[in-house]
Amino acid sequence: MSPADPAVAPWSPRATWVVRGLGIAAAVALAATIWLGLWVTPPDQVQHNLVRLVYIHPPIAWVALYLAFGVAAASSVLWLWPRTRSRFWDRLAVSAVEVGIVFTALTLVTGSIWGRPTWGVWWAWDARLTSTALLLVLLLGYMAVRRVPADPDSRARRSAVVALVAAVDVPIVHFSVDWWHTLHQGATVLNANLSPTIHGSMAWTLLLGFVAFTLLFAWMLAIRYRVEVLSEHLQDSELDVALHERWAEGTAPVPGPDGALAGSGRPA
Amino acid sequence: MWRDTALVAGKDLRIELRSRVVMHQVVPVAVMVLVLFAFALGPDRAPMARAAPGLFWVAVLFASVLAVQRSFALEAPDGARDGLRLSGLDPAGVFLGKTAAVAVQMVVLEVVLTAGVVVLYGSHIRSYGSIVVAGLAGTAGLAAAGTLYGALAAGLRVRETLLPFLFLPVAAPVLLAGTRAWQAALGIGSGSAGDPWVRLLLVFAAVYLALGVVIFGPLQEAS
Repeated sequence: MSPADPAVAPWSPRATWVVRGLGIAAAVALAATIWLGLWVTPPDQVQHNLVRLVYIHPPIAWVALYLAFGVAAASSVLWLWPRTRSRFWDRLAVSAVEVGIVFTALTLVTGSIWGRPTWGVWWAWDARLTSTALLLVLLLGYMAVRRVPADPDSRARRSAVVALVAAVDVPIVHFSVDWWHTLHQGATVLNANLSPTIHGSMAWTLLLGFVAFTLLFAWMLAIRYRVEVLSEHLQDSELDVALHERWAEGTAPVPGPDGALAGSGRPA
Repeated sequence: MWRDTALVAGKDLRIELRSRVVMHQVVPVAVMVLVLFAFALGPDRAPMARAAPGLFWVAVLFASVLAVQRSFALEAPDGARDGLRLSGLDPAGVFLGKTAAVAVQMVVLEVVLTAGVVVLYGSHIRSYGSIVVAGLAGTAGLAAAGTLYGALAAGLRVRETLLPFLFLPVAAPVLLAGTRAWQAALGIGSGSAGDPWVRLLLVFAAVYLALGVVIFGPLQEAS
């Protein structure tokens, strides 16, 4: 069975078109954001061209910290709740976490690139940076649990619990790191830089950036969900293939390692 | 539920009293960590005394991983985990019992470590009350979160490596808040009040105890 087998399509033909449309919309919105961000909007008086990072860094962070984590936590709860339990929520949770890892890592990378010229360092023990980094480790922990071989039900249960335990930790991490930092230094450079009053084309470009990355997240989530369905299907069919091969070995005489014909005793 | 809690806690603590694994192996390791920190920071007392609260909590954090691993290793042989599951005990009671047993052992360990910090690093305790409250709240939170993850990793082939990976980032706020509360109690640093940090430790403990009571039942079915 090939993965393109229509029988294993995770969604209806109409949904396929929706996902395709989502992908095209995301591509168009991203292209528009890049064009507006790099050519149309003016450079900042203080930060010059560096300010253009504002069109991608906050939208990526929004997707990573709110959308991805929110979807993962909500679908884990829905899986654990016996009335709404279905494989759909488990697949959605793992898709959200995996896409979330990409966006969280991108948040840290773009933040670091921005931090180097503005603060003079790649990494500062700033409240937001620290809690985002901890969040990334929590998400990686989820994927580690996911990798442990187990039957699908146990795995879903375990990962849902990990997602939930991590989700309740997020506000605690946020507050503790916030206090830790504010008791340390006072107002941050990041906050001063992140909330400048912006006008006109800059505000619109930033808004478009949020829309573009949200669309991109939705599209990646759908594609990752499809990959999950297909890989589950592949695992099942590999097992079938292996079973049939063993049976075939039993029925047909196969040359043994010493050249002699092996027995043809297939168990009845 | 409370009867089951007492039963499970009593079982774990009796095993510890007879085997003395935590007392004779985990506590010495934690004290050794304090000595190793002293080697790392040099023979001067000033940096050691300044870092003492953080070093204490780091040692507690690492020791709690070992204590949780021990707590679930008790039930690994002879299908004891299945026995516990089939015993009809309330899952919430099992969770609270195991958490209580780990917490009691950790409190003993922390008393030893506190003495070690005072003797080895020359710290002076200013406020015994807040040290005790912060220690107890932090221990309850660590034991609850650790027991949750311990149950999750129990029975898996990768449990030894999975548990610290999952547990340490979740426990990071305890390290942070515990260190701050102790700094206030030892009179180190900017002299900021320790009360908000003690409250944070209490919230952490309450959240993970509540989550464990709700979620331990489904979790036990997973393995």
